[in-house]
Amino acid sequence: MTHLSADLNVLAPELIVALSGMLLLLGGVLRGDRATSLVTLLASLVMVAAAFVMLTYGVGRQVAFGGAFIVDDFARFAKVLILLGSIVTLAMSHGYLEQEKIARFEFPVLVLFATVGMMLMVSAGGFIGLYMGIELQSLALYVLAAFHRDNARSTEAGLKYFVLGALSSGMLLYGISMIYGFAGTVSFAGVADVVKTSGVHIGLVFGIVFLIAGLAFKVSAVPFHMWTPDVYEGSPTPITAFFSMAPKIAAMALFLRVMLSAFPAAASEWQQVIIAVSLASMVLGAFAAIGQTNIKRLMAYSSIGHMGFALLGLAANSVQGVQGVLIYLTIYLITNAGVFVCILAMKRNGEQVETIDDLAGLSRTQPALAFAFSALMLSLAGVPPMAGFFAKFYVFLAAMQAGLVWLAVLGVLASVVGAYYYLRIVKIIYFDDPAPAFDGELGTRLNAILAAATVFTVLFMVWPHSLVDIAATASKSLIP
Amino acid sequence: MSLFSDHLLSVVTFLPLIGAALILAIRGDVASIARTARWVALVTTIVDLAIAFLIWANFDGSTAAFQFVEQASWLGFGITYHMGVDGISVLFIVLTALLMPFCILASWNSIETRVAEYMIAFLLLETLMIGVFCALDLVLFYLFFEGGLIPMFIIIGVWGGKRRVYASFKFFLYTLLGSVLMLLAILAMYYTTGTTDIPTLIHTHFDPGMQNFLWLAFFASFAVKMPMWPVHTWLPDAHVEAPTAGSVILAGILLKMGGYGFLRFSLPMFASASEVFTPLVFALSIMAIVYTSFVALAQEDVKKLIAYSSVAHMGFVTMGIFTLTHQGVEGGIYQMLSHGIVSAALFLCVGVIYDRMHTRDISAYGGLVNRMPIYAACFMVFTLANVGLPGTGGFVGEFLTMLGAFKVNTWVAIFSATGVILSAAYMLYLYWRVVFGALVKPSLQAIQDLSLREVAILAPLVVITIWMGVYPKPIFDVTSVSVANLIQQHKIALAIDHAPKLAQTNVAARNGEGLR
Repeated sequence: MTHLSADLNVLAPELIVALSGMLLLLGGVLRGDRATSLVTLLASLVMVAAAFVMLTYGVGRQVAFGGAFIVDDFARFAKVLILLGSIVTLAMSHGYLEQEKIARFEFPVLVLFATVGMMLMVSAGGFIGLYMGIELQSLALYVLAAFHRDNARSTEAGLKYFVLGALSSGMLLYGISMIYGFAGTVSFAGVADVVKTSGVHIGLVFGIVFLIAGLAFKVSAVPFHMWTPDVYEGSPTPITAFFSMAPKIAAMALFLRVMLSAFPAAASEWQQVIIAVSLASMVLGAFAAIGQTNIKRLMAYSSIGHMGFALLGLAANSVQGVQGVLIYLTIYLITNAGVFVCILAMKRNGEQVETIDDLAGLSRTQPALAFAFSALMLSLAGVPPMAGFFAKFYVFLAAMQAGLVWLAVLGVLASVVGAYYYLRIVKIIYFDDPAPAFDGELGTRLNAILAAATVFTVLFMVWPHSLVDIAATASKSLIP
Repeated sequence: MSLFSDHLLSVVTFLPLIGAALILAIRGDVASIARTARWVALVTTIVDLAIAFLIWANFDGSTAAFQFVEQASWLGFGITYHMGVDGISVLFIVLTALLMPFCILASWNSIETRVAEYMIAFLLLETLMIGVFCALDLVLFYLFFEGGLIPMFIIIGVWGGKRRVYASFKFFLYTLLGSVLMLLAILAMYYTTGTTDIPTLIHTHFDPGMQNFLWLAFFASFAVKMPMWPVHTWLPDAHVEAPTAGSVILAGILLKMGGYGFLRFSLPMFASASEVFTPLVFALSIMAIVYTSFVALAQEDVKKLIAYSSVAHMGFVTMGIFTLTHQGVEGGIYQMLSHGIVSAALFLCVGVIYDRMHTRDISAYGGLVNRMPIYAACFMVFTLANVGLPGTGGFVGEFLTMLGAFKVNTWVAIFSATGVILSAAYMLYLYWRVVFGALVKPSLQAIQDLSLREVAILAPLVVITIWMGVYPKPIFDVTSVSVANLIQQHKIALAIDHAPKLAQTNVAARNGEGLR
């Protein structure tokens, strides 16, 4: 039995989150909705504890369950980001749920379960773990999207997400079954060996394409992005924030791991697909966002574009590429956290407003918020000296090193188009005549998140070293 | 003290940020915040100017090496925080620091809304502009180069004229589009050589085929910034809509970054590509000189006229730089410096009458000399300097660039010489319509001559303009050795590119060793 306990040790952070999730669910059932804020607080603490345990006791590469579960620096990096995203989501949701009168204790519990799913995803060492992780997070997310159950848009978002998500899971499973059929194993390392020794069979290529389709759905890359704008718009705002942070990171990390550890020998096959997906996402994200008037829809297209840029790093198929993606995701997570706090602050007479024209003249009614929002927007646009520039810098660097010059050229052109709609928000905030002011204070938690995100975004250039170094270590653990 | 003197460039670059932080900290009612913000900005820029002069005074003109060098680790991957100046860049720092106090003074009364934000934007802009000329690392350079777009975008968009939104977007996106291509070239250079250190790259030889692509990518950025015909169309819009001080910075400094970029990157790093594309640059320069001069002749808006004249004058700069002769390059630098002063002064002159009449239509003026003799005198000096009259700063630069052009290609020199005549035509025509004639328009009857503040702005610029025309030696003392070195290096690089294949492989091998 020592063997099992060793395996469970490796799994400790996931176990902490999962078991606490169940306990909190029980507690919530006993106490009812009165316990919501307590459950939320405890859920956040649980995630902090999980991160602490992971970083304190986890060293090097640990493997459990015969290679089905891998914890390396890459997984730890991604998990820290995921936990950060989830904690920020809980902090954001607190006041919002009360305000919308949907404060139920299931909310933090569902976020916890989704988080466990994501942590499993990034540690998956085989296709079974991959699928389990994806389904666990997806099921929780479907419910969260429809959490505002008396609201037509929210239920619509949940339903749409569920139906399309089920479709993508189907494609994913189909692809996995084909890969299994041709490789005879479900572990990434095993598949890599088979592909290396017996070459790339056409059936395997089909399997890879279906697999990519399923994963592209999860990261909302073109042409599997259709759900994103509707779900972003319909979901409760903290959940939209959640969608744009943690699940994106988990899915992208999984994407990197499965492509780079299971199919290194078939790189020339999948690279073409990734290049096409990446380019289409960058271009569509940039052009489609121009016409949006709802800030949450705009952020949906923005996220599509950003995933396109992040996929550039995967397309590069190199250590630098992985490093670029990790840096990109970190900066994207923090910037998005700030942006969604700003969106939460868009509130008049106790009700959320969501069109970008509501931001008019914000610089005169709330200068600090206006500055933060603009800095974050410029960061998303990738204008130096904001952090977003460095995010793009490293993925473009990797793409150029991999010889993907034309992809990089088209990518920067797309980023110029994208700059237009981010700038338009800055324009509305600074140039237009003021609209009525938003409701006063954000509260300490939101202010703290916004301040941290803004400071990070503006001052990242002063000390980029540490993030770059950690990302380097993490990426080397994925591609030795 | 040594901390200060060891980091002079960082100090001169980032000092304005301290001023901006101070302004942020001001509390009180709107009027008192505005008043304090103006003074803080003025004092900050003056102190910064003093430091810039200190750098100039301590600059050793007898060497082409980079001076006041600072280096610290920054982005990893061998990308460092590397600052330093040589004879080509140091005077641009002085020019930037010199124009800033005038900008603040010119905005003293004309900016009434959101004064604190305005001053912060200008101080931020000063940091980014000085940084461009100090940076000795490509990524750092790019950061400053692009970062400057944000405050300028805000300045045009918030405090600009009627079509400010259109102008600010056009300005931002146009320049961004040019610059991102340069970013890719930077990445490609980094990928090939493993460094973005400018002094190292100057001594690196790229494959001639690759040079062409890199040259074009950098050209895309600098040609837009310069601006060269036909990518100059953002400039008239930006100039017309920007507030006076914004136009001063645009014409005085931002346009010079393009020329500086050619000198710092295109010539030494891509020697054979520069040679290949010289006819292109000459053609575009002549188009700029001749065509935009005619366009300027037809303008009804004072600021637009000066904007087009800037495009024409920048044509002289690009022509001079790409003659690749000592005279041409020195002339290009001198032309940039004198145009920085003269065009800035012309925009300030326009600002003076705009503040009084709130119109830029030339037809709304006439006969100003009757009520404003001091103004007419100042305006005349700058008009003549813009024409390139001997005895003013404008003459030296134009003369040297044409001298350089004459040595290389007579036709280029002949065409560009027509530009001098045309500039006389449009400038004197402008001056005649605005200043001379009878003062018949009723709206102008009560117009006041220069106030003390305005005299304080224009008088030093008059002195500098004439000084640059009669005694250019202090400036050539600084630039001469660096320019000679630049030309020398360019020739060496060219010789290597033209050398037989065998020699090239040797060099490649040597470069490879240097990297490892």
